[in-house]
Amino acid sequence: MFLKKFSGAGLVALAAAILLGIALSVPTFHSSYAQAPAATEPAPAAAPLAAAPPACDAKTLEKCTPNSGDTAWMLTSMAIVLMMTIPGLALFYGGMVRKKNVGDTVMTSFAITCLISILWLFFTYSLAFRAGTPFIGGLDRAFMQNILSDISTGIGNPNSLAPTIPETVYSMFQLTFAIITAALIAGSFAERMKFSAMLWFIGLWAIFVYSPIAHWVWGPDGIFNSSNPDAWVKVLDFAGGTVVHVNSGTAGLMAALMLGKRKEKGPPHNVVLTMIGASLLWVGWFGFNAGSAVSAGMQAGMAMAVTHIATATAGFTWMLVEWMLRGKPTVLGICSGAVAGLVAITPASGFVGPMGAFCIGVAAGVICYWGCTGLKHMFGYDDALDAFGVHAVGGASGALLTGVFAVSEYGGTAGLIEGNYQQVLNQAIGVGTVFIYDVIVTLIILKVVDLIIGLRVSEDVEREGLDLALHGETVQ
Amino acid sequence: MKIVMAIIKPFKLDEVRDALTKIGVQGLTVSEVKGYGRQKGHTEIYRGAEYAVSFLPKIKLEIACATDQVDKVIETISAAAKTGQIGDGKIFVYGLDQVVRIRTGETDAAAI
Repeated sequence: MFLKKFSGAGLVALAAAILLGIALSVPTFHSSYAQAPAATEPAPAAAPLAAAPPACDAKTLEKCTPNSGDTAWMLTSMAIVLMMTIPGLALFYGGMVRKKNVGDTVMTSFAITCLISILWLFFTYSLAFRAGTPFIGGLDRAFMQNILSDISTGIGNPNSLAPTIPETVYSMFQLTFAIITAALIAGSFAERMKFSAMLWFIGLWAIFVYSPIAHWVWGPDGIFNSSNPDAWVKVLDFAGGTVVHVNSGTAGLMAALMLGKRKEKGPPHNVVLTMIGASLLWVGWFGFNAGSAVSAGMQAGMAMAVTHIATATAGFTWMLVEWMLRGKPTVLGICSGAVAGLVAITPASGFVGPMGAFCIGVAAGVICYWGCTGLKHMFGYDDALDAFGVHAVGGASGALLTGVFAVSEYGGTAGLIEGNYQQVLNQAIGVGTVFIYDVIVTLIILKVVDLIIGLRVSEDVEREGLDLALHGETVQ
Repeated sequence: MKIVMAIIKPFKLDEVRDALTKIGVQGLTVSEVKGYGRQKGHTEIYRGAEYAVSFLPKIKLEIACATDQVDKVIETISAAAKTGQIGDGKIFVYGLDQVVRIRTGETDAAAI
């Protein structure tokens, strides 16, 4: 009980511990800055007029200059992917809750953005994207030490995952993925979770679930990384169908199951906010998918094209399905369909062509409609804003269909339509492994947080609305 | 003096106002209200989940008028607000004891 009452104090204690950690790590900062130039410094003899360092590419990763076009595109992508979460996802979710919970809902996205960014700086970036073991990365970039080689000479510090851009840009780009993955989970537990419990859950989840799974699929030595020659299974996941969407949707389902149903449900209070949010997601998703090419070239162009095609198709398909089955086309329906299309094309975007994208769009519109209606009602869980129904169902469908529609001409890997049956199996292994690991670890985290501070607000708070009870604010 | 209180469909407000102005009604008070009558509510569907909306939005008009004008006001509102569909609304009339115009201090009939 003591801990339950003082979960706020617990957070303060955590913050203090983090600050202490920073203080203790100061020597690391100094040594990192002292060492970094020493490690990669061009000889002092290299006068300013000497020949510029060579361009960075897959073979040249040291003492080289990043490609300015690629870097410009990735800087842009980072910014618009951040826009997907705040305000995009915040509004998408905010419009779907009742008015008494809209402040809590939008603030959840905002607070997750801040929390995940701090953890990223400390160690989650290093754990996810640096070489270490096949299961989890190393800590050589903890506190982002050595992330910049030498700014004064224009020498970047690219890595094998992003050979033509500075590692700072790559790290920040990937940060925006970690943010939205965590923020997506909020759709499942909306309108009834304690804010403090949410922060603990999301923080622990980012460390113990997101970091390892991102490392499996995208880490240079990850077990599922399709560009790692030593990978156990080569899983295609261009921009995060498995890492982001199956991952967040599954965690959301676990949270919905652990928290239980809301006492009362109400209709969305403002579908226009949801429409604005869905539109921001659509625009930001070009950074998400085309940005995942980590270059501004042919693959990015195709990723952008297929992203748009699948999204438009899925939005239209959902609208038609709903129109047929329920008699009316709805704002929420077409927006949900578009997001389902974005989710499903995410793993496929660098690997399929335009007609593959069209097929994936149609499938996403139909399957995710079922995910949010038939599937949800069949099992009776209260996935409040359909994080599982759209993201896990759409992400898994997209991941499997990537194995079907991949064309070697576009992304270097053949899929089922070119006779490669194995790829569909690989995709299923990737999705299945992530699902199982996610279920187990997320349940453990939720159980621990529940025992220490309690996951759910009291019935009175839920009835009064989280805005007033938890934040002392109301939205009119 | 009487108060004529009418509950009407929101989109009929302008027509009712125009009609009342034509018969010389000089002022009225409007509120956005919710309620139900024989029309009951309706259902809204979001992602396949049905929500019963049991209170429908309506407009409440309050018009103070002289007793001999009441029939005409009722007739005018009835004509202007009628669609013939369920949910057109109702008109209530009740007594009014006193009226004061704040600016001038005029009372009763002069203040209406």
